[in-house]
Amino acid sequence: MQTVFSVGTDALAYGMVLFVISIGLSVTMGLMRVVNLAHGAFAMIGGYIASYATQILGLGYGVAILLAVVGTILIAIPIERFLFRRIYGAPELTQVLMTIGLTFCVIGIANYVFGPTLKTIPLPETLRGPVDLGFRSIAAHKLFAIACGIVVAGALWVLIDKTSFGVKLRASVDNAAMAASLGVRTKIVYAVSSAVAVGLAAFGGIVGAELLPIEPYYALRYMVTFLVVVSVGGAGSIPGALVACLVLGAIDTTGRYLVPEYGEFFFYLAVIAIVCVFPNGILGRRS
Amino acid sequence: MKKILLSAVAAVALCSSAFADTVKVGVVGPFSGPFAIQGKNFKAGIDAYMALNGSKVGDDDIEIIYRDLPQADPAQSKALAQELVVKEGVQYLAGFYFTPDAMAVTPLLEQANVPLVIMNAATSAIVTKSPYVVRTSFTLWQTSAPMAKVAKERGVKKVITVVSDYGPGVDSEAAFTTTFKAEGGEIVDSIRMPLSTNDFSPIMQRVKDSGADAVFAFLPSGPTTLGFVKSYNDNGLKGAGIQLLAPGDLTQESDLPALGDSALGMLTTFHYAISHDSPENKTFVEAARKAIGNPAELSFPSVGAYDGMHVIYKMIEATGGEQNAQKAVDAVKGMAWESPRGPVSIDGETRHITQNIYLREVAKADDGTYYNKEIATFEKQGDPGLAAAK
Repeated sequence: MQTVFSVGTDALAYGMVLFVISIGLSVTMGLMRVVNLAHGAFAMIGGYIASYATQILGLGYGVAILLAVVGTILIAIPIERFLFRRIYGAPELTQVLMTIGLTFCVIGIANYVFGPTLKTIPLPETLRGPVDLGFRSIAAHKLFAIACGIVVAGALWVLIDKTSFGVKLRASVDNAAMAASLGVRTKIVYAVSSAVAVGLAAFGGIVGAELLPIEPYYALRYMVTFLVVVSVGGAGSIPGALVACLVLGAIDTTGRYLVPEYGEFFFYLAVIAIVCVFPNGILGRRS
Repeated sequence: MKKILLSAVAAVALCSSAFADTVKVGVVGPFSGPFAIQGKNFKAGIDAYMALNGSKVGDDDIEIIYRDLPQADPAQSKALAQELVVKEGVQYLAGFYFTPDAMAVTPLLEQANVPLVIMNAATSAIVTKSPYVVRTSFTLWQTSAPMAKVAKERGVKKVITVVSDYGPGVDSEAAFTTTFKAEGGEIVDSIRMPLSTNDFSPIMQRVKDSGADAVFAFLPSGPTTLGFVKSYNDNGLKGAGIQLLAPGDLTQESDLPALGDSALGMLTTFHYAISHDSPENKTFVEAARKAIGNPAELSFPSVGAYDGMHVIYKMIEATGGEQNAQKAVDAVKGMAWESPRGPVSIDGETRHITQNIYLREVAKADDGTYYNKEIATFEKQGDPGLAAAK
């Protein structure tokens, strides 16, 4: 019984880390209809800035997160203005080609500037080491990741479903021409949502850095996992992504506990099964 | 027109005769991509050797030609080797980070009359594939087997092994298991995990549930080791006194700053530590750090490359710059010298390097950096993997 609880906690923690990192991609793909393979690259940029801020500048963890999120958004603004704006509404293949090209550029630059070694983001004292939960001990940073996941999910749900900005965003996505003629400034709506998505990517990169360490190939290494979460959850659906992360996290963790030699067999088996039953993802909208 | 052509041909012929005393060495390794740091270490080792020993052997100039092979890709490896031999006319092939890449080249050697000096690829069987293969790195059997003796000496009775599920991981598991059982120890469970694993918590739970006194682990050096070692700490295994034992790949020097405190006290067995205390090593580290640029990036493949160059220089000296693979390989059989890692020799029969294996502990230096501190030595270790394969 204790083992069941234990594995359950691990599954929850892993699922939440996945959620924090992938949700930005779900926003870009579902709401902005851009297949953004550069998502991992933005997460990595966030990680590098946070690592630089804590290791070289000696700033605190909280300040570093803020600096990294803002910094990544600043870097992304010209990219959005000059590159992404050309591919809104373009065929998916065009989007994939451009964003993967961007990813390779970022990998090259990161390798050149920061070198190929691993970079860490030192945690503050309170998040370091294990916390005793009674039936087992768990890493404090995992509890932090779980909390971050819950906060991000709640905030996004309020932003998209409850605010006037959310209404404008959904209107622009469904019919940009009509929204514009009704007075919605679609360009600004797109720019802001893209900034939010990039900011979330950077935030996820930092919070998940303990599980997925920052190095130049980060941008490509975990891309498949992010895409799987989005397609299983249904692009653009916040609850969908949350459910997908928890289900996939549980299957992956249990599989790894019981039969590690099968590798990611059960993970992908579950993905195939879910996509067969729900072609648009668990809570995806029909297109 | 004819005259111009003729003079062009004559010019080319003259040039090539003028360069006839240049001996070319083709080095294949990962110089870009995710493993670029290992290729950089190859280059640093080679540059360091040539900076210290000159770029001439007798009257022959030595020219190194690098070819980039970013990831394990046997077909590409073979193509690059062929191009080096046929087009560039190299007399020696060297480098090779991954076993499959080295394996793919062995069938070419005899026909091409070219010796292959392996500077990293660490699966035992490679040296049996061609009589022209010499290896100056290590094998996983060589570095993992002594750890079983250490475990026994330290009173560990029950061990669980956890390795990445690919060639070197399986080799490492076999080496440890065989030796530990021979010493009278018990292996309670053996876990093989996929290379792409990033969350190790469930594995750590298995380790805990197994009731073992110690865990023997192997993962390829790089991003995953960080997650593994952190997970070992975070899940309270370190606190519970379950000792983590591993070959030195897990604590390679370029990963240590990232591992930091969480690796402190970890025991590893390996053939080389940058901290090795000897005048030869001091000279080597100084030259290699200069060659690599960023001192933090220096790691074990550099010493394999450095000693590989030493072997190649000896081969060129013995053949006087003539292309004769058999003579070259024969010349280095049984050759012994003082490497930066300690006393080494090339085994006459297996053509693999015989060397000391050191037991090291991750320690913190006075200046706050982490290093592998050598605390015990297993002298003159051959490769037990070849004996086991027979």
